[in-house]
Amino acid sequence: MEIFGVPIQAFLGQLLLGLVNGSFYAMLSLGLAVIFGLLNIINFSHGALYMMGAYVAFLALDLLGLGFWWSLALAPLLVGGFGMLIERLLMRWIYKLDHLYGLLLTFGLALMIEGVYRYFFGVSGQPYPVPDLLRGATNLGFMILPNYRGFVVLASLVICLGTWYVIERTRLGAYLRAGTENPLLAQAFGVNVPLMVTLTFGFGVGLAAIGGVLAAPIIQINPLMGSNIIITVFAVVVIGGMGSIIGSIVTGLGLGVIEGLTKVYYSEASSTVVFVIMAIVLLVRPAGLFGREK
Amino acid sequence: MNKTYAGFAALIALGLIAPYSGVYPIFLMKALCFALFACAFNLLLGFTGLLSFGHAAFFGTAGYALGYSVKQWGFSPEFGILFAVAFAALLGWLIGSLAIRRQGIYFAMITLALAQMIYFICLQAKFTGAEDGLQGVPRGTLFGFIDLSSDIATYYLVFALFITGFLLIYRTVHSPFGQVLKAIRENEARALSLGYDVDKYKLLAFVISAGLAGMAGATKTLVLGFETLTDVNWPQSGEVVLMTLIGGIGTIFGPVVGAFFITTMENELADKVGSWVQVILGATFVICVLAFRRGIVGELSALFSRKKSANAD
Repeated sequence: MEIFGVPIQAFLGQLLLGLVNGSFYAMLSLGLAVIFGLLNIINFSHGALYMMGAYVAFLALDLLGLGFWWSLALAPLLVGGFGMLIERLLMRWIYKLDHLYGLLLTFGLALMIEGVYRYFFGVSGQPYPVPDLLRGATNLGFMILPNYRGFVVLASLVICLGTWYVIERTRLGAYLRAGTENPLLAQAFGVNVPLMVTLTFGFGVGLAAIGGVLAAPIIQINPLMGSNIIITVFAVVVIGGMGSIIGSIVTGLGLGVIEGLTKVYYSEASSTVVFVIMAIVLLVRPAGLFGREK
Repeated sequence: MNKTYAGFAALIALGLIAPYSGVYPIFLMKALCFALFACAFNLLLGFTGLLSFGHAAFFGTAGYALGYSVKQWGFSPEFGILFAVAFAALLGWLIGSLAIRRQGIYFAMITLALAQMIYFICLQAKFTGAEDGLQGVPRGTLFGFIDLSSDIATYYLVFALFITGFLLIYRTVHSPFGQVLKAIRENEARALSLGYDVDKYKLLAFVISAGLAGMAGATKTLVLGFETLTDVNWPQSGEVVLMTLIGGIGTIFGPVVGAFFITTMENELADKVGSWVQVILGATFVICVLAFRRGIVGELSALFSRKKSANAD
């Protein structure tokens, strides 16, 4: 059986790969959006922190013998803690300035982090094993599903929807939304906004770190993996707009799928298709698919 | 004003005698190209308030345009540079018209993303030589009688181009057009309400900036004789931001100072610290943003005016 001249196995395989990539786009753009909402900073170092998450997994296994599941818990704590430290020590000073300084500061941080990792690990990739529990593949009848890839898509959906639930349906989320809407007023009502800011940044960074751990068994871990993905994620953010959480998830997954399918039909364009879509969205709907015109 | 003219005179005098100062001429030429690149970038960031994070696209593609037209089509250097500038300006028009549809932080992300698209196109296209780059671009003969194989002759060409670009930017900033740009930087909504077609002004500033960034990139390729993917990639876009930031955003001479500072630093450090250069550049970024936002020239002129007002008291 074929779909537009492509064997269905290859088609579904790329579709799945697209969904996997889309899961990473979704998690990273969600983190960016949550951080931007409260801090008004576009975190350029998000990619570098995602890369740090992957290295936590690698080093935990290499040095301590701790496996994938440990890393999944350890990475967001460690990298999130590192993020909170950055927030307290550096970002605190520039909230009152133009947004652009936040981008420049985090760009500098990204260069520093990437440079340090390049010094220690070079630019070649490190392999990371798929956890035992998720080895192998399941035959679904119409396709062979590698268990780990299916797990990544499911896990990121659960994490993203969990984030949506916390922000939209819990008291903590209500504080966060209040802080995003009007930090001064939220503070006047007794919400500790500076603490919220630190925790929010830590949370967004933690999402990136989990993304890094999830990516570790699929891609080769290397210091450049962060800057490779972050620019695409920026395009995803422009396409989706940062107004809605569900919007981030849908846009991330959707673009991953489109990218995957482009690989099947016209592979030369697969690295640029997201940017082309961004250009089209800017022409048709400048505020982004889910964005509000400010 | 007198201070600025004294600055011009000093700059031109320095530029004219520089090749006899014993400094490696290739280094001087490279630094001048980056200085022009940073000045072009500053026209957008410093005087229009637009942070483009994708200026490497213009710098790099113009380098390819010059390299290809000179090497494959046998263009003379002057036509090669004209062609490259036109190419960069056209690309600037395309990217600019998309990017100005959003403001602030989105503008930066859009320019970065579109520049990355240009990078991927350069990576895959045949005419760029992909990973190998364009090698062996001849310098040729300027206007048919000035042989550019000597570094001194090439240096004066580079210097003349730099001064042309620099004065053009100075003129632009101090024209009525430049005043509108500054109005947009200070308060876009108000400029709009005063009846200025803000988008048209922003786009024109973007195209001028892209064209001049292209002139810088084309000149650099002519000097060095090769062009690689480094010039179109995003770290290059970041570097020009850093040059402008450290020299002084929105100052006339700042980007020149910043470009020489960063180029010298990279030159000195490259052999000594290897891959730590990137860490040092990143740290410079962080320090500048946290504690040194006015940049070298901005701080100096602030110091100067403080002294002046102290004397007046």
